Amino acid sequence: MLSLAQLLSGQSAKVISIEGGMGFRQRLENLGIRKGVMIKKAKGMSAYGPIVVKVGSAQIALGRGMASKVIIEVL
Amino acid sequence: MKVLLIGNPNVGKSVIFSRLTGARVIAANYPGTTVEFAKGSMSFPNIEAEVIDAPGTYSLEPTSKAEEVATSLIDDADLIINVIDSTNLERNLYLTLELIRKTNKPLLVVLNMWDETKHKGVVIDKDKLEDSLGVPVVTTCALTGEGVKELVQRMGQAKISSLKDLKDPIWFEIGEVVKKVQKLFHRHHTPLDVLQDLSIKPPFSFIIAAVVVFLSFSIIRFIGEGLINYIFDPFFKNFYSPVIMKLSGFLIEGSFFHSTLIGDLVGGGVDYGVSFGLLTTGFYIPIAVVLPYIFSFYLILGLLEDWGYLPRLAILGDRLFHKVGLHGYAIIPMILGLGCNVPGALASRLFEARREKFITATLLAIAVPCMAQTAMIINLLGRFGGQYVLLVFSIIFCLWLTLGRIMNIFTRGQSPEILIEIPPYRIPHLKSILKKLWMRINWFLKEAFPIVLLGILIVNILYFLKIIDFLGNIFSPIITKLWGLPQETIGALVVGFLRKDVAVGMLRPLNLSLRQLITGVTILAIYFPCVATFMVLVKELGIKDMLKSTLIMLFTATLVGFALNNILSFIGIQ
Repeated sequence: MLSLAQLLSGQSAKVISIEGGMGFRQRLENLGIRKGVMIKKAKGMSAYGPIVVKVGSAQIALGRGMASKVIIEVL
Repeated sequence: MKVLLIGNPNVGKSVIFSRLTGARVIAANYPGTTVEFAKGSMSFPNIEAEVIDAPGTYSLEPTSKAEEVATSLIDDADLIINVIDSTNLERNLYLTLELIRKTNKPLLVVLNMWDETKHKGVVIDKDKLEDSLGVPVVTTCALTGEGVKELVQRMGQAKISSLKDLKDPIWFEIGEVVKKVQKLFHRHHTPLDVLQDLSIKPPFSFIIAAVVVFLSFSIIRFIGEGLINYIFDPFFKNFYSPVIMKLSGFLIEGSFFHSTLIGDLVGGGVDYGVSFGLLTTGFYIPIAVVLPYIFSFYLILGLLEDWGYLPRLAILGDRLFHKVGLHGYAIIPMILGLGCNVPGALASRLFEARREKFITATLLAIAVPCMAQTAMIINLLGRFGGQYVLLVFSIIFCLWLTLGRIMNIFTRGQSPEILIEIPPYRIPHLKSILKKLWMRINWFLKEAFPIVLLGILIVNILYFLKIIDFLGNIFSPIITKLWGLPQETIGALVVGFLRKDVAVGMLRPLNLSLRQLITGVTILAIYFPCVATFMVLVKELGIKDMLKSTLIMLFTATLVGFALNNILSFIGIQ
């Protein structure tokens, strides 16, 4: 089981589940990060700071702690 | 009739709003909250209505106060216009379907950013979408105004969809709709995409940020000083002063009315920095010193906001802000605070956690000087050289960092993480920028100008009743011994509770040395926020946290004043 935090930059994956409370899930879902969607991590970001992903045509920045709660499957 | 514009953040809703409404647009507060939204009216042959631009929201299950307001605004609306970003149809449709299912109001959907779909490889069948949703769909490009006419013409056709009664999960239904109406094609990166990516990728991101910030401040300074030197100063000198001098002759120097309205004459004439009358300094400070900078600051801020750069700055600043217990998005209230602390404090509601609110508010009040104050500091210290202005701001920034670190360690709780959408770069729409600028300047003139006058009136009364002398004697040990300032500085400290710009202006007639000026303006910047900010902070933080925050301010000011006085003397600045 991999989390979004462990995904390599430039790689694509499918979201399997989101761990955490209802409120947290709702906030991610509002931004389009939900079970079953394809997600792509941006290339060449620094090893610190937020993670930037592409979902649909939107770009989302999220903290590393949050990203580690998004479980993914690399395709 | 009331028309409500609702949609996700960054879909160009405000541009549609400016296109629909006339010149008179106001910012309103939702009752009982500090959340602002814009209100205006539209008048076309087929429809006359009040238009409300709701805060951006992703869904009707609100996750923040702004979203709550957006949701509650629906109840009062007669017609809902849902603005959608065509390049991100799937996610935007979530709100649309919620609107269809949960509200019982006529709905019309606007596919905005229609022109962008072409280079993004998105093809949407608009007619099929209209069939699937069961409400009218209009395509627009708000920037060029294309489609806005059709939007107005079709407003009468808005209706309640028959999709209302479907019970499938919303995401499933969206999937079905999207499958039917949208096709995606691969396409190549444009130069704008490349710039967009670079601006979040280190090391380019830092270089771009440095250039943007430097250019912004240079332009703000250039426009501000230009307006002062070529328009406002000549106006006051050549047209206003003669009128005032006539009035002065009429009022008799030395009388109560003369000293309140005109103040002291210097060398037989008015000195707007020193006279301190209602009609002289009271008009000069807000109009000729502060307004030019308010204008240039909000012009540039509006451009940065609409271009979409600020979220990128937030990502870049994330690590720095984590050091003070916040996350990168806290840069938004801080930047707003540089204009005026009140909107900055209002923006701190963006944070749900008490700890974050407390740290943001305290840092804002102590270490983020507003543009009115900055303009006065430049006016006062600038004549000794720009390096001293820079010195004061460096001191304030160090203080921001140090205090933030300390509060991060000693305030209980965790610092949450950033979660934001990074909108694509967009070319700002001039009319929307000017409307926003006008709303902000109007607000400044209405809110700040009367308080400046009140402040100057109170100064005059306090001097007249010798209360300033009395307070000066009481606080003299701190002011003279610790800070090395003359006892009369108490006047500025008292007025600083009302308006910081007037307070800084009051240092001018005291003939302070350079060391005293630097110490004085720094203390004035940090010891307390102005009363307008204070009231907002009490509302946002509660009285208990605000008292704590106030204690930190007073303590910090005393300490920093003492340190500056000694360090500056030590390095030979007298």
